[in-house]
Amino acid sequence: MDGIHDVGGMQGFGRVGPLSSGPPFAAPWEGTAFVIGALAARIAGTNLHAFRHGIERVPPQEYLAGYWNRWTMGAQLMMEDSGIITEAQVRARAARLGGQDVPEPPEPEPHKPEMEVTGPGNLRSVDTPHVFAVGERVRVADLHTTGHTRAPAYVRRRTGTVTAIRPDAVFPDSAAHFRGEDPQHCYQVEFDSRELWGPEAEPFRLTLDLFEPYLEPAA
Amino acid sequence: MTTSREHLDTALRVEALASLLIERGLIDEETVGKFVTTYEQSVGPMNGAKVVAKAWTDPEYRARLLADGTAAIAELEFSGPQGEHIIVVENTATVHHVVVCTLCSCYPWPVLGLPPSWYKDPAYRSRVVREPRQVLREFGLDLGDEVEIRVHDSSSEVRYMVLPERPAGTGDASEEELAALVTRDAMVGVAKVAAP
Repeated sequence: MDGIHDVGGMQGFGRVGPLSSGPPFAAPWEGTAFVIGALAARIAGTNLHAFRHGIERVPPQEYLAGYWNRWTMGAQLMMEDSGIITEAQVRARAARLGGQDVPEPPEPEPHKPEMEVTGPGNLRSVDTPHVFAVGERVRVADLHTTGHTRAPAYVRRRTGTVTAIRPDAVFPDSAAHFRGEDPQHCYQVEFDSRELWGPEAEPFRLTLDLFEPYLEPAA
Repeated sequence: MTTSREHLDTALRVEALASLLIERGLIDEETVGKFVTTYEQSVGPMNGAKVVAKAWTDPEYRARLLADGTAAIAELEFSGPQGEHIIVVENTATVHHVVVCTLCSCYPWPVLGLPPSWYKDPAYRSRVVREPRQVLREFGLDLGDEVEIRVHDSSSEVRYMVLPERPAGTGDASEEELAALVTRDAMVGVAKVAAP
């Protein structure tokens, strides 16, 4: 989906940094947020791809309200989809924690998705031959999906070169929506900065690891 | 999530959500504590620093690390979530690699732990794929024009770790002393390792 998460190349976010070497959690609640997200897929009967898609679906203003905000809301969204929890419950509990005597809404009815999982993690083995080879020129297709995808918008319709074959893996675009693992070949594709950002761009090379269905032979 | 559009304070949302999940036995305090301790104490950039120091002092290990990062890293018993397939890229006097995840904040947890704030920030994610030299300059790393920049956007389950250049003047340093010099920032590629 063309969501707020797909920030590659966007302008207007200002300066980067500062670099900091602080602890992973600046406050105890951040640690709790991390664990909720880390366990949310298990609780919701989903997977990592669905969690990423949950974060992508957090409304833009909430997405930009901090990392742990989008992480927690993405996890909650995924748990809502599985009938584990509702926003009304969270709001009511928050109010009660703040000392207000509000009624607690009922628990929803769980309805976890069903998808066959063929192994641990995401690396798989695909029997079909690779469509592309190292050194081959490829174009990222003119993709338009309303669902989850790992092809960032800034490489769509751009041409690059296959520089390595990556391990076959579960196809996020399918697994995030519980349509099956549908494992795919994956390639490292290298782009020249001027192909992406025009002739005046800083000269550099950029690589992404792209699944086979995103790619087509360069014309 | 359509019940209310008013922003709920993040810490309060986390507390409310945790309280509901704990009450129903879906998470428990002990598990939460274990996770937090793991990423505060055992899984962090000190792991990657050991990998780098070993590569600097053991040429055969360095070769294995660059050929198969995941396996060489596992030799030091670092593996786990977000580390299924780790590619190690080597920075030299003429080639500088830098790592990002524009779509979320993918990061090689087993060697670097959880990502720092700047890595997750839209400013870094949006800009380093478009003007990396300027971004590195803002971080305090001014690379000469002769240095070629390669940016890696972590768009699949492949994770990247940078093997930084060994700083000058460390010829006599032990592996342990070297590891103490290696920073998280250098292993993402936004800094160099400073000489002691």
